[in-house]
Amino acid sequence: MSYIPHTEDDIRQMLKTIGVAGIDDLFKDIPSELRPKSFNIPEGKSEFEVTQHLRKLSAKNATHLVNFVGAGFYDHFIPAAVDAIAARPEFYTAYTPYQPECSQGWLQAIYEYQTIICELTGLDVANASLYDGGTALYEAAMMALRLTGRNKIIMDSGVSLIYRTMLYTYTSNLSIEFVEIPVVHGQSSREELFKHLDDKTAAVILQNPNFFGAIDDYSDVVSRVHKFGALAVASVYPVSLGMLKPPGEMGFDIATGEGQSLGLPLSFGGPYLGFMSVKKEIVRSMPGRIVGATVDSDGKRGFVLTLQTREQHIRREKATSNICSNEALCALRAVVFAALLGRGGLKELAEHNYWKAEFAKKTLARIPDVEVKSSSPTFNEFTICLKRPADEVVYKMIDKGFACGFPLGRFYKGMDNYILVAVTEKRTREEICLLADSLEAVLR
Amino acid sequence: MKLIFERHKSGRRGFSYALPDVPQAKPLAKQYCRKNDTLLPSLSELDVVRHYTNLSRLNFSVDTNFYPLGSCTMKYNPKFTERIVAFEGFAQVHPLLPQLSGGGMLAQGSLEVLYETEKLLAEITGMNAFTMQPLAGAHGELTGIMLIAAYHKDNGARRKYVIVPDSSHGTNPASAAIAGYKVIVIPTDKDGYMDLEEYKKKLNNEVAAVMLTCPDTLGIFNPNIKRIADMAHEAGALMYYDGANLNALLGKARPGDLGFDVMHINLHKTFATPHGGGGPGGGPVGVSEKLVDFLPIPRVVKRVDGTLALDYHRHKSIGYVAPFYGNFGVILKAYAYMLYLGKAGLIQAAEIAVLNANYCLASLKEYFAPAFDKKCMHECVFSASRQVKNGVHALDIAKYLIDKGYHPPTIYFPLIVKEALMIEPTETESKETLDEFIAVMIEIARLAEENPSCVTQAPIHTPVKRLDETKAAREPNLRWQP
Repeated sequence: MSYIPHTEDDIRQMLKTIGVAGIDDLFKDIPSELRPKSFNIPEGKSEFEVTQHLRKLSAKNATHLVNFVGAGFYDHFIPAAVDAIAARPEFYTAYTPYQPECSQGWLQAIYEYQTIICELTGLDVANASLYDGGTALYEAAMMALRLTGRNKIIMDSGVSLIYRTMLYTYTSNLSIEFVEIPVVHGQSSREELFKHLDDKTAAVILQNPNFFGAIDDYSDVVSRVHKFGALAVASVYPVSLGMLKPPGEMGFDIATGEGQSLGLPLSFGGPYLGFMSVKKEIVRSMPGRIVGATVDSDGKRGFVLTLQTREQHIRREKATSNICSNEALCALRAVVFAALLGRGGLKELAEHNYWKAEFAKKTLARIPDVEVKSSSPTFNEFTICLKRPADEVVYKMIDKGFACGFPLGRFYKGMDNYILVAVTEKRTREEICLLADSLEAVLR
Repeated sequence: MKLIFERHKSGRRGFSYALPDVPQAKPLAKQYCRKNDTLLPSLSELDVVRHYTNLSRLNFSVDTNFYPLGSCTMKYNPKFTERIVAFEGFAQVHPLLPQLSGGGMLAQGSLEVLYETEKLLAEITGMNAFTMQPLAGAHGELTGIMLIAAYHKDNGARRKYVIVPDSSHGTNPASAAIAGYKVIVIPTDKDGYMDLEEYKKKLNNEVAAVMLTCPDTLGIFNPNIKRIADMAHEAGALMYYDGANLNALLGKARPGDLGFDVMHINLHKTFATPHGGGGPGGGPVGVSEKLVDFLPIPRVVKRVDGTLALDYHRHKSIGYVAPFYGNFGVILKAYAYMLYLGKAGLIQAAEIAVLNANYCLASLKEYFAPAFDKKCMHECVFSASRQVKNGVHALDIAKYLIDKGYHPPTIYFPLIVKEALMIEPTETESKETLDEFIAVMIEIARLAEENPSCVTQAPIHTPVKRLDETKAAREPNLRWQP
């Protein structure tokens, strides 16, 4: 099967124009000894056959479980209009808007997306997107190293372990000193953090809400960080910013995060959306594409990719980052999602998440042998402690039809009996009560 | 067009949630809450849909326009793959599901997609194994360079340099530099190949890797490729293959057989997944046997009973380069595309891509100066040098093409060709489309001689005329302000 429109006659005429006898003549530069040693690929199938095959595979995945797993990636409802706009081929079959006159739709949409990210995070400028929340955090760390010329990074262990692991992977060939601050009672320990903060520190990285769902106001930490000339970097959850104090209000220099919650399906880990916003003083050190407004030769407003002298296609080995493709279509989903919800809708979404999680907290706390561990306020996720290994309980809960949460022992030493439970607006009172009943039955 | 924020009207709603079925919780303490609401616009659903639908109509795209953007492989994106990624069983699976105890069995379908795609890519490229984690081509490059660094470190070697030719994509030197290497640039010789003498001079036991695109960015296959690889290996360096141009080689040559140790694939180029206005892409990285141990974790492995599982126990692994298993939705589309095309379809894709590019080259070389006078692979590069004499630059040609309804070729790249125009028609474009495009290009060549201002004033039929990019950079306006 193929999407090739050529008739045999077309091919003959084209070969004649080129002046060769056959298509093989066009591959003469590849010496015969360099031809494939094998090419054992199955023969093509019809669209129907491939679709059926993949439908069968999709049915091997569990979709019946009521989902209370979050850990940075959340099961939110996606309005149909988001899918409809992202399915416009004029958006999804275009590429990076290098030629502004025939890409104004994309450029304006990205400009609007950048504005939304600034509004959510309370910072001045945002880029056109990065791959995911983890690579965005890595880029933020690299930015801090460049801006300060220092090489020490302090990272709270309330930052997702997935992101911390990614950061270590990316920097393993560079000489960077990392200090991890332990979490005490689910919250970042200022005492420990301040002990390590010094004038060699390039950045302090925090997450809000942190991996355990705990909310904090880091304003005090940020002003202390600035006294040492370091940058404060926050990894944030955009839905929570409908109600929580944004990083900009706390004084952070850079905010990053995973935008999946803004209208992207969970889709087994991607495509997702890394976002980044920064204070305007440091915009020229920000990685990634940036769209700016300008005027055309008639003075009419238009949009272009701008500040490109930071980028790899101009600066090559001196670029701020190697990024080329980003996650534009995911950014489009985010801006459409945010525009549909509007200021009122986003606040409502955040509140529903908060209320449902609080309800779940209370409901689960009534179960004997379940202790709700969060001493500080939480947003839509919290930890419970059991008297038995969490792994075993999670396993048994799957049989009851629940993905009841993420067992923390895999990520944190000494937390084998802990489960991280996420409750989004999609979870009903009934589901929450059933979760509690089933958990009680499993623990009995 | 107005901005979405300029359409705001207080009191409108585009989406509503059901009334909560749980009691309102005690409000959070003020110190944790935002002072003011966001300035997100309030609009009806139709307001939002019409705004973005009308914005979409201001774009050129593969579905609406011929898009011969060189090095980007803007081939047709199948529609049926869009339907497949939307299957609930794929779209709604939480990535942590297989990481729960006993959860592996809950995601066998998705794990199979990853496992089978890896196998197909390995056979197509002659590599030993792939990681599906990298989220785009440049991300794959960075991953590949980190694998190379891990390999050398494991062998106790301290190597400082990465060699790239001056014709390379900008991402190559950028990726090498970000991974901590110093970059050595090798010039191109008069035939369009990497200068072998210079290469010999620069190659030593401090070189970690040589990064090459093949066919290179001039659209030509370097017949010395194996020699270059052998020399690198003798010096203890590894060969990195930038897969941006893999479309030309499907079934014709495999990077593994050519002597490459590490490579990335741009799924959104060769394997027809949509470019999405700049992403998401997919950048799986393939390696030869000696590098398999260093691949990111987790690896998808087959157990004795035939079920699939995630393997984290690989002590030499570099770690995670993505939060999970890659851009799964993109990988799934690429897998469906490969199954649909099959062996014959893949080979034919390469053949017709090369045929189309050579047809453009042969039809236009009388009018525009080819960068090198030889047959090309999947793309052809011209210089607008003849037109520049009359004041018509590559940029002007691009803008005139926009007026005529064509997305321009890549311009001013590769950097080594002055006034470059890089045309990659891809295999899915018909002879009629190419003939019409060629006619317009010939018209441009004629206008450049007879009436150059006609070209230099373009575009005039677009929503905006040429934009002031200097103003955009000098006075950055990067967000809407109320």
